[in-house]
Amino acid sequence: MTAMLAFAAKRLAQSIAVLFVMSALVFAGVYAIGNPVDILINPQADQAEIARATAALGLDRPLWLQYWNFLAGAVAGDLGRSFVSNVPAGYLILERMPATLELAAAATVIAVALGIPLGLWAGLRPDSVSGKAIMAGSILGFSLPTFWVGVMLILVFSVELGWLPPTGRGETVTVLGVQLSFLTWNGLKHLAMPALNLALFNLSLLIRLTRAGTREALAQDYVRLARAKGLTMARVMRVHVLRNILIPIVTVTGLEFGSLIAFAIVTETIFAWPGMGKLLIDSINVLDRPVIVAYLLVIVLVFVIINLVVDIAYAALDPRVRPDGRSP
Amino acid sequence: MRRDEARVTKCGSPMTIAAGTPLREFAAGFAQDRVAVTALAVLGLILLAAVFAPLISPQDPYSLGELDILDSKLPPGSKSAAGMTYWLGTDEQGRDLLSAIFYGLRISLGVGAISTLVALAIGTAVGLAAAHAGGWLDALIMRLVDLQLSFPAILIALVLLAVLGQGVDKIVIALITVQWAYYARTVRGSALAEKRREYVDAARCMAFGTARIVFRHILPNVLPTLIVVATVQIAHAIALEATLSFLGLGMPITSPSLGLLIANGFVYLLSGKYWISFFPGAALLVVIVAMNLTGDRLRDVLNPRLASHYGA
Repeated sequence: MTAMLAFAAKRLAQSIAVLFVMSALVFAGVYAIGNPVDILINPQADQAEIARATAALGLDRPLWLQYWNFLAGAVAGDLGRSFVSNVPAGYLILERMPATLELAAAATVIAVALGIPLGLWAGLRPDSVSGKAIMAGSILGFSLPTFWVGVMLILVFSVELGWLPPTGRGETVTVLGVQLSFLTWNGLKHLAMPALNLALFNLSLLIRLTRAGTREALAQDYVRLARAKGLTMARVMRVHVLRNILIPIVTVTGLEFGSLIAFAIVTETIFAWPGMGKLLIDSINVLDRPVIVAYLLVIVLVFVIINLVVDIAYAALDPRVRPDGRSP
Repeated sequence: MRRDEARVTKCGSPMTIAAGTPLREFAAGFAQDRVAVTALAVLGLILLAAVFAPLISPQDPYSLGELDILDSKLPPGSKSAAGMTYWLGTDEQGRDLLSAIFYGLRISLGVGAISTLVALAIGTAVGLAAAHAGGWLDALIMRLVDLQLSFPAILIALVLLAVLGQGVDKIVIALITVQWAYYARTVRGSALAEKRREYVDAARCMAFGTARIVFRHILPNVLPTLIVVATVQIAHAIALEATLSFLGLGMPITSPSLGLLIANGFVYLLSGKYWISFFPGAALLVVIVAMNLTGDRLRDVLNPRLASHYGA
């Protein structure tokens, strides 16, 4: 137990170190290169005015002090104000976050609900036409760029068939102060294409993972024994195969959630989905630095937390990676 | 090619191998998969189209004198006033899309290949240094690699481009930055494995210098794996560049890659003018799929653990 706690503490310290390193990199990259005063101030301003603006923004101080002030603000939740809208950058990000999380959650549901059954089927019948077709599809899903698939989805379902709206979020329902699209029919229609687009990579990944796991499990003695006992194939698949391959599937689905949020940048831009990713692209286009920094810090935090939780959960569940090698 | 020489593998199943030089054996192994051969042939045609774009294009798509704004957004198969046929239609500036795709292929393939090769060189050097030096330098390099690889490539590339701004050089820098760590990790892993092999001990016993052992003995044995990784990585680099260009953060308007062509046509997609986006998209699809199929086959043939088609 103490070893487990020590491991968790060590891992937490590492995560905090990563956060510091990343915040310094983000700060150096976005703040120290170029001069925000040039964008903020009237080009005809004289030297005295430029000096005043520089001092007001704290840009005349040494770099380490600027970083320290930025860090102190960030820890207190103050990430600066947007140059464009003069609204706190942290507020802008939080306001857009539910839309992105809803999209990522919907994509996860699609990937799991389709990926596991398709993977089981392909693993059960690897040489059948349907099994091969599923694998070919997953290879395509892996190699095609997300934006390309998004463009094609719009072309087929919005332009040619006219079934689904190409852009926006549709009607939303406010639940506990959070706007959600999936509770209205109109919102669901808006959500369908972006969610499928975002899900495609993880869907392909889950198909491969499930298929490989199924093929491996089917060759094991305990599956043969279960079949020899006279259990139906359906029961063997459900109880003996699926149970055993579920751990890596859950891990990958969890780990990939951060990537989904990052890849939502592309999907949100194509489908004009009003989430954090679209905000990032819009902010990059107008060089709104505080918002870019706020977005990056939020996403770094998400990644660090996901990795931390998965590592600790793994150590708790799997004796092989546990620090002392004994049960906690 | 002789394939009559039968051998028995460790598993006991008979298999055939091609006799001859390693290169011939390798080619024979590769040729056993029809799909891969087709993919390689398609890739060859694409490369030719990219290299000879100025010769085979019906029009120079970036010479304003040759463009006629009256021919703007014509559907595929339309004829220009001068009697030329636009087989794939025209874009909003009256540019022949077929020509634009040939030139776009050039830019996409060029950027992908150059960035991958430079990243390969940097990653190999860093990986070999880490494997050879060990100690704190190895630890430092590998922590940096781990840190970078824990974030999606697209995020790192977006941030870099946000900082650096637009331009062909900037996007090449971004693509190199997101790729080097991957090679560094692969090379370090293989080099550490090779270092423990007997032939390295033998070379040491002969008092060869460090540089000689690293570059003449370890590197050639690490290289085949790397070449395979690089084939697929070029496809990834092309896809990433296309994505960044589509988001408006990649190539400048003066050097339109396939991604930028798709982005330009995307505006007109909803009004039913599908061809401006669709054909550059189809070209991108063919490039990426052909490269992946070729790369997968190369990996299968070169991977000794899967040597079912090929001499062990």
